[in-house]
Amino acid sequence: MAIDLEQYREVTLPGTVDLLYRLSDAARGKSFLRVNSTRHGGGVAEILHRLVPLLQELGIKTRWEVMEGDEELFSVTKRMHNCIQGAEQTIPESLLKAYSACNRRNIARMDLRADMVCIHDPQPAALVEGRRGRDRWLWRCHIDCSRPQRRTWNFLRQFVVRYDAAIFSLPRLAHSLPIPQFLVYPTIDPLSDKNRPLSKREVNKRLKALGIPQDKPIVLQVSRFDRFKDPIGVISAFQKVRGHTDCRLVLAGGGAEDDPEGRSGPHGGQRGRGRGS
Amino acid sequence: MRKKARNSFCFSGCFELREILGKAAWDTRELLEFLEEVPEDSVYYHTHSYFLRHPYIAGFYPNDFAHWAATQVGDKVLAERLAVLLPRDFLDLEGLRNAMLNVLDQHLSHLDLVSRVAYGEAFHFMRSTMRKVDTGLEARNLKTFREILAGVDLSVIFFHTFEAWFRHGRMEGDFAIWLDEELGLRELRQRIAQLDPYAMSLEGYRKRLLALCDEYRKA
Repeated sequence: MAIDLEQYREVTLPGTVDLLYRLSDAARGKSFLRVNSTRHGGGVAEILHRLVPLLQELGIKTRWEVMEGDEELFSVTKRMHNCIQGAEQTIPESLLKAYSACNRRNIARMDLRADMVCIHDPQPAALVEGRRGRDRWLWRCHIDCSRPQRRTWNFLRQFVVRYDAAIFSLPRLAHSLPIPQFLVYPTIDPLSDKNRPLSKREVNKRLKALGIPQDKPIVLQVSRFDRFKDPIGVISAFQKVRGHTDCRLVLAGGGAEDDPEGRSGPHGGQRGRGRGS
Repeated sequence: MRKKARNSFCFSGCFELREILGKAAWDTRELLEFLEEVPEDSVYYHTHSYFLRHPYIAGFYPNDFAHWAATQVGDKVLAERLAVLLPRDFLDLEGLRNAMLNVLDQHLSHLDLVSRVAYGEAFHFMRSTMRKVDTGLEARNLKTFREILAGVDLSVIFFHTFEAWFRHGRMEGDFAIWLDEELGLRELRQRIAQLDPYAMSLEGYRKRLLALCDEYRKA
């Protein structure tokens, strides 16, 4: 569903949307390219689906490109993703070479010319090798880099330091770098389908379709199925709550196109699993 | 009260660019050491833009240092000592920084053991860069001033209060000065100067300003 900026007046305080119009005056007419690794699934794609039209509405010539990759690329980037967040996994040299080769193929394929280029997460980070001219490049990191596995971080770092700046979601998720680092908090879009209020009728329909009874209160986690979303923590919290209140746990979510672990789950795609005492 | 100002009040907001400095303190001694060396914009971030990040609800402590001491270190005595330092009592940010360093130094001299944050979060030093954003809104009389003030983004309140004080040396804030110099409302200026924006949220401060404007419109 297309959303325009005016609709955000309903969910923001007076003056906020007006300030955005004014703030964008300085960037009007400039070109802005955003690149990530998947069009569907995961938080980054969800953000870009909404943010790109809003930036266009503000007069900023914004494009969204998705890097093309094969199973080999997404296998290495998933491992890289895990290693950057501290997991002890080994990435063979051959896979690292495949990562670089895939990024080079995408440099040849994509039009990377823009006044500002923002590359999201580690998967397309090596695209910075394709930067030309006086354009500005930002690396937007959505994951926790504070305690990475050293070997993998060193590999990724050689690309990251070639950006003009890096953006992290929290200071404690950042890692020391010789380039400026900025903070942009994670955001929730109150008008997205995931976050909007649901009518009682819609709730009943969804729960019935998923086979989830409504006989007790529900503890709900909505996220991609990934151990870094801490489902174990949610299950522990549920167990504690269940000691006081009889309730049901629902883990609802799905995978992403660039997430081999998410795709290889028992059901694939969007799904919900319920469990209760 | 003059009905119409010669010079209109031009409302400006601001946008904050938040830079991570890569310095993290895991105990009070490290906090002191980093506070000594960080740029002034970092002191500003942790003592002023705190209000921009929490614009609707006043926090228990009015700056990041006090908040961290209380919630992460668990040292409520230090938190109170840092919280009672009112930025308005200092001529500039360096004066405020020195006062905070003195508090930390004195506090540390009475500690036998400086415990590290074991389970909480380190204090991450940040730096604030403000970009002024003109709203295009102008007022020439108290009625219009009040109407615009009620509907602007809260960064406008921040800009004409904290930015005016500590960046541009207008210690009473832009609102109070304009109301006096352009509309002849000296008493209103004094009453605004008596408000303490460090003791409330930006939204709370706006409400107090609006209430004062209403009093003088009726008078």
